[in-house]
Amino acid sequence: MTTTNEILVPAGRAATLPREENWLRPPSQLEKAVGPEWARLIKGILTNPLSVLGILIIIGFIVVGLFAPTLAPAPNASWDPYNIPRDGFLPEPKPPGTAWVQNVPSYIPAWYALTGNDEWVHLLGTTGGQYDIWYAMVWGTRTALIAGTFVVAVSAIFGMLVGAIAGYFGGWIDEVLMRIVEIFVVFPGLVAVLVLSSVLVPIFGRSIWPAVIALIVFGWMGYARLLRGDILSNKERDYVIAARASGAKDSLIIMRHVLPNAIFPTLVFLSLDMGAVVLSFAALSFLGVGVEPGYADWGQIVSFARDYIISLDTFWYVIVYPAVALLLYGLGWNLLGDAMRDILDPKLRKA
Amino acid sequence: MTTYIIRRLLIMPIILLGVTFLIFSMLQILGPVQRSALYVRDIPKTDSQVQAIINRYGLDEPIYKQYYYWMVGRVDTQTGEKVGGVLRGELGYSRTGRQPVSEMLMTRFPATLELAVWAMVPIIAGGIWMGIKAALNHNKLVDQVSRVLATLGWSVPTFVFALVMLLIFYARLDWFQPGRLSTQFALEVSRGGFTQYTNMMTVDALLNLRFDVFWDALRHLIMPVVTLAVVQWALLLRVTRSSMLEEMRQDYVRTARAKGLQERSVINGHIRRNALIPVITIAGATLAGLMNGVVVTEVIFNYPGLGKMAADAALQLDVLTMLGFALFNGVLFVGAYLIIDVLYVVVDPRIRLS
Repeated sequence: MTTTNEILVPAGRAATLPREENWLRPPSQLEKAVGPEWARLIKGILTNPLSVLGILIIIGFIVVGLFAPTLAPAPNASWDPYNIPRDGFLPEPKPPGTAWVQNVPSYIPAWYALTGNDEWVHLLGTTGGQYDIWYAMVWGTRTALIAGTFVVAVSAIFGMLVGAIAGYFGGWIDEVLMRIVEIFVVFPGLVAVLVLSSVLVPIFGRSIWPAVIALIVFGWMGYARLLRGDILSNKERDYVIAARASGAKDSLIIMRHVLPNAIFPTLVFLSLDMGAVVLSFAALSFLGVGVEPGYADWGQIVSFARDYIISLDTFWYVIVYPAVALLLYGLGWNLLGDAMRDILDPKLRKA
Repeated sequence: MTTYIIRRLLIMPIILLGVTFLIFSMLQILGPVQRSALYVRDIPKTDSQVQAIINRYGLDEPIYKQYYYWMVGRVDTQTGEKVGGVLRGELGYSRTGRQPVSEMLMTRFPATLELAVWAMVPIIAGGIWMGIKAALNHNKLVDQVSRVLATLGWSVPTFVFALVMLLIFYARLDWFQPGRLSTQFALEVSRGGFTQYTNMMTVDALLNLRFDVFWDALRHLIMPVVTLAVVQWALLLRVTRSSMLEEMRQDYVRTARAKGLQERSVINGHIRRNALIPVITIAGATLAGLMNGVVVTEVIFNYPGLGKMAADAALQLDVLTMLGFALFNGVLFVGAYLIIDVLYVVVDPRIRLS
């Protein structure tokens, strides 16, 4: 007994159909698992070479963050791992390969044999004040990932909530909420975050919290606008009118139909935001309102080079390593976000 | 269209009011004692001094009263003089600048304006011109290279790019130096015989017919301008390119070609004009990005503008300067977004009629 598909399309012919007629072919395993839109997105980002590069970069950072205790062990058991060990207090940075005397990591991990050294050396050198760059880079990856994800998650949740309320209720609630969004949006991102961070420092002390809170307070607006716009544009669609006509409640329509479709542009925004937040965080640390001095963070490392800008070619390593890390991190998320946008934007599909 | 413009104009004061609310609430995060230290030149040392300041400025009164005082000013109950009042131009005293905040904003603004205006040259010329070129040579080498450069430019954090520029062009090659003027010219400028008409070094140098100063100022501007421009240029290139590609696909282009128009006329007369409309929508984002970039760029290149003022204030936790800077930005961008919104509606007839 032949299936319906085989009656419409002879066996084996489906694979040769042009893409636009792909609806004739039977659904793949992936499509059966997650649905056709998600399947198209996943397949798209896994086949586009640039997005694969982005994903690999991100995975690389996650791996480094996961293995931080092995890659850069703390000097002793009671050491707060985010505190960068200082090999003395001399103000001049030391080049890569310098011997490590004080606050040396407590043991030599298995991979260390690859560097060809017996004892711990400063693999990437030290900054002004003798903070080990390798340690700061490794644990800074953790900081970037955790702080970045936290900021993006909270601002996304809050923003989407506001956007959903505005989109669902419409009317004056929508107007008021959008005006509030506009008030926050008026300020350029870094300026607003800088101001709020410095205001919060007397309250939270020089910890990671002023920057994180400031980034959330001025980071949620994009999500709100995006989701609201999606809900509004979907509200007019025929399928919503039809669903409403057949008696479905508004909330059900939004949950079951509108939201799953609206999530895709939000994904693009999320991906780009992940990169942007970490870059902003690094800029804040560089300007001195990010984290406390000595906390493992990429921007911190660069801020230690501020006094040595003139002799930059001698102390290039203080800047180049965190710069490369930041560039790669932003690049990874940007490539992924751009690829997702290209896949999801129907206008560009044929480009 | 007029209803849209009128609506925007009516909403603008509400937004401005909301902006002042936001800044005021940031100020209120600190308690009265902490705030008292912000209002005077010397940090008060004794409790009675602190209390005197609290009384003078009304720092412990109910919030709505404090907002009123902060905006309009307050008559000091003891001396009878009027103090404070944002609407009177009293933004407080800046500890880092050792002058009133409003004065500091006035002094520093032209330097930043000069930087931003010069940065617009590579941004617009490079971004739009290269975006058009890339779209016209779709998927050829020019296009691919432009896209890669644009993605890189967009991904590089500004302060990293600035430091790398310093590393290459100052530390290694010594072609360009940070700062605004070389010491010899700075002395000449401050000594006399050089009138500061606009406080913008390049403009003033030209107006004073001092081409050596002009050239020196320009040399010092090159690095910060390029740093500022890179990120915005990348964005503008991408938007121009995708907008051009979309316009090129439209039916009217096919019609124009079928009519027999030369390709160049089609491009210049129709496509480019329409493709530049979406560029207006990102003008706001570009301006905001410029302001963000200015803060970091001026710090690294030691350029005495608004950004450096803000960064120094942030480092010293000089809250009043920061809030004055925020207020300045708020007012500036409310006006800018209004202009951009109106411009967009005026330029695109499709919006007008919908």
